[in-house]
Parts: sequence; structure tokens; C-alpha cells
Amino acid sequence: MERAAQNKTAFDPLKLREDFPILRRKVHGKPLVYLDNAATTQKPNAVIDALRNYYETHNANIHRGVHTLSYESTLLYEEAHEKVARFIGAPDWRSVVFTRNATESINLVAYAWAFGNLKKDDEVLITLMEHHSNIVPWQMLRDRIGIRLNYVRVGRGGELDLEGLQGLITERTKLVSVVHASNVLGTINPVKRITDAAHKAGALVLVDAAQSVPHLPVDVTDIGCDFLAASGHKMMGPTGTGFLYGKAELLESMEPFLYGGDMIEKVTMERSTWNELPWKFEAGTPDIGGAIALGAAVDYLTALGPENAAAYEGELLDHALDRLSGHEWIKIYGHGGGERLGVISFNVEGVHPHDVAGVLDEEGIAVRSGHHCAQPLMAALGMDYAVRMSFYVYNTKEEIDLAVEAIKKAKRLFG
Amino acid sequence: MEPDQYEYILDHYKNPRNYGKIEGADASYEEGIPSCGDVVRIDVKLNDRVIEDLKYSGTGCAISQASVSILTESVMGKSVGEILSMKDEDMLSALGKPISPVRFKCALLGVKVLKKALLAKSAA
Ligand SMILES: Cc1ncc(COP(=O)(O)O)c(C=O)c1O
Repeated sequence: MERAAQNKTAFDPLKLREDFPILRRKVHGKPLVYLDNAATTQKPNAVIDALRNYYETHNANIHRGVHTLSYESTLLYEEAHEKVARFIGAPDWRSVVFTRNATESINLVAYAWAFGNLKKDDEVLITLMEHHSNIVPWQMLRDRIGIRLNYVRVGRGGELDLEGLQGLITERTKLVSVVHASNVLGTINPVKRITDAAHKAGALVLVDAAQSVPHLPVDVTDIGCDFLAASGHKMMGPTGTGFLYGKAELLESMEPFLYGGDMIEKVTMERSTWNELPWKFEAGTPDIGGAIALGAAVDYLTALGPENAAAYEGELLDHALDRLSGHEWIKIYGHGGGERLGVISFNVEGVHPHDVAGVLDEEGIAVRSGHHCAQPLMAALGMDYAVRMSFYVYNTKEEIDLAVEAIKKAKRLFG
Repeated sequence: MEPDQYEYILDHYKNPRNYGKIEGADASYEEGIPSCGDVVRIDVKLNDRVIEDLKYSGTGCAISQASVSILTESVMGKSVGEILSMKDEDMLSALGKPISPVRFKCALLGVKVLKKALLAKSAA
């Protein structure tokens, strides 16, 4: 993300906005300003059209029957895997498993890998910066099979304590599961370094890339991680789509996650054998239309260029930090320097975050308020609740200015 | 939305009525909205199934806290039956300002807690 080297946006954000029909709507009579992109992103026409086109022209179940529609659906569905694989630098599309979302991807690793491979007193190392989806499955394993769960600390500036992380990796550590980019602070963690450190100790690495894949160039081969989880709906794809990347030999060695149709090779009354990758992990009829539309989202992001997206969102972030930082009554969390995504969590002194978000909503501005599914992190930073703005490529500096004006209004009204 | 429309809510938010706790209350209940951190507790003193005294405590956004303050002023002397038959609209229309549906949950937390307190009492 060479932001400094890039002094001109490689695309025209105003032109690009035309691809997103929802951005034309009004909320409470005001043009929608959508700044809740860390929760889910809006969808371009290309994605909506792909969904529509699938149902209008190809709809049939996959991997079954020889009729033409089924054949076409199967090809398109497989092609979506290939697109995602290419987008994240996976050497083999068969190592990309489609899921419903990042949460399901992480659960897949917890159930299909960790359950069978970890035993009492083995350690899983996560960080205080995790989304609940990368905390709760490991707590479940701790309670069921007695693994230990350790947390890497986070500094006030929003940085992972990397020295502490080194110290916490021991010969008992079997998995390091770490968020690539924080959905609360925007911190981008050095996952390649973390992977190297974990591998030296013989531990596997799961990267929660729910926030990074949509906004930054991400290459699983370069990172070297064993697993990577992400959500399609946070990268312009439909809701109900997500994926897990896993090293092929690992996925081969694992037991399935869910059992039933499509994931089998052969079933007799006594036993079954498993289908090849990735189908072994995709039991039952998947969200075929959603997957194909996710493929269209990946095409859109590829054409845009992840570097260009990151550079532009970096400009938006700098602009927002500049506009917010002049006010001593706005407290911004964890922007202590270093690389950040376009995500800002903050509080307005004397005003409950809900009221801030409420006033913004009246102005047509969508932001999130609450604990952002990261309660341990929020507690560590001394903010139980906060307002969060998160940007994407279709946002503009003017929209950020509108949000800042609305924040001032909230302060005037409630402060 | 004009600023002055918030006046009534802000008045109750900043100068809460009937704030506190009742020692030896006949009915008490506390509930929160975990996703946003609003919490309301209500203590009620009853006299022959009529509300004789009521106090609330809690933390949270202006809408949730002002709504319960406004509620406490209107329910003194009312019967349990009257409270239990209160409709959501009764509460929403008492706020002096149209509330966006996204905030209904906050605005209705107080009535919900009061009803639960009274129901728990009736069940006991
Ligand atoms: C960092 C991170 N991980 C995981 C998730 C879970 O994503 P999903 O709800 O799509 O499963 C999120 C979503 O908020 C996230 O921000």
C-alpha cells in the first residue's frame, strides 16, 4: 500500500458511485451517506446483475444430472472458486471452500481441524483485537476438550504487542489465529511475520481476513498462512457468501465439517467416503447464485485494483482523521500510527454513541454504534461502546465532511 | 429534525425524574440491550395493585433514559392493569418528538422493564 507514492486516484469515485444503485436512495429525505462498510458493503450493478442473470438463465442444482442448466451452473459455480482463488493468490482453486461467511469459515477450522487434532492443554493463541467470531469458537473448544486459550495484548495506540506475541508462542502452541485488519481500529497486523514466528514453533496459522481482503491486496502464498477466512458480503458480494482458504494438503488430511449430500464420494449403508476438495467441505446445496455473484464482485474488485482501492481509502482515512482531530471532545481510539484501514472508532464526550449514530441517521448518514462484536478489545481500550465510521471506494471526502458536521450537531444537541 | 424538538427529551435526560432506588420495593426488574449498552432498572412500591411510588436507575443513550424518566411521571397512581395494557404507541407519543423506528427499542425499554417488574410480581 504505497500511499505516499500514489498521488492521484486511479479511478474516479464519482463515476464509480454510479455502479451502486443504492447510493441514489435517500434516507429521511437526505442522500444516503453509507459509512458502515466494515459491517457489510454495498453491491455494484455487476453483482446484482450476476445474481439476476443466474436465476433468469442458468438456475439448476450443481454436480447433479446431465442436463444443460445443471452443467452450466456447475461450471459457473466452479469458476467462482477460481476467481476467488486467483484474487487471494491461492495456488489451487480446490483449496478455496465456499461458506456462508467468515464466522462459518472459522468454525470450519475449529470443528474440522482443531477438534480432531488438538488435545487437552494444547494452546490456541489469539489476540485481544479479535472479532467475537475468532474468540467464541476457541472458547467452545477450551470448554469441550480442555485446550488453553491465550491472548496477545493490544497497546493503547491500537498496535498488537508483537514482543508479547513472541513470548506467548511455545511448543504447546498449535494454532495462532489472528485478525489481519481490525474491524474496530483499522489496525493492519503483520500477518506474514506472525506466520513465520508461528511456523518456527510448529504452530499453524489462521488469518481472519474479513476486513483485509475487501480493502487491501492479500496474497495467501506470500503470507504463508495455513488458513484464511473471509466474508463475501464485505467485499461487494451478496450476503450469505464467504470462504475459507486452506493449504490443500491440510484440507485433504482433515475430517469433513458438515455431513450429507454433495460432500461424499460413495455412500453405502455402513459407511461413506469423502468427495474431493473443495466439495468435501461443501455439504448440501450451496448458495449457487450468491457464489456466482461473489465471483462478479471479485471481477469488479480486480478491475479496480486492490492497490488503488487501498490508496484511495487511505486518502479518505487521512481526510477524516484530519477533520475529526481538531476537536478535543472527540476521542479517537487506537490510531497511534502505523498502517490502518479506513476504519475509525470514536466517542463524543458527554454523548452516548447511540445518540450520535441516531443524529447521523436523521441526516441520512449510516454509521455503527455499539461494541462492534469485539468486547474484549473495547474493554481493553476503556470504551465499552463507540461510534464507528468505515469507508469504501465509493465514499467521498464530501461525505466525510457531512458526517463531521452531523457529529458536531450531535454534540450541540446532547453534549 | 429541528433541535428544539429534542428539548423535552433532553430535559428528562439531563434532569431525570424519579431517579434512584426503593428499599424494600414490592417489584423490581432490570434489563438491558446488550448490543448498545442501555440498562434500565425499575423499583415499584404498590398499594393494592396501584403504583404508589416508583424509581428508576440506569445508563445509556438519551432516548432510553429520557423515555423511562418520562414514563415514571405518567404512571404514578395507575393500576397494574392499566400499565400492562399500555401500548407502544402510548410511550412513543409521549416523547414530544417523532422517533425514528431504529430507536424504538431504546424508547420502549422502560415500559418493557416496568411491565416485566409488574408481571414478575403478579406471578410471585
Ligand atoms: C474482523 C472480522 N472478522 C469476522 C467477522 C465476521 O464476519 P461475518 O459476520 O460475515 O461472519 C467480521 C464481521 O464483522 C469482522 O469484522
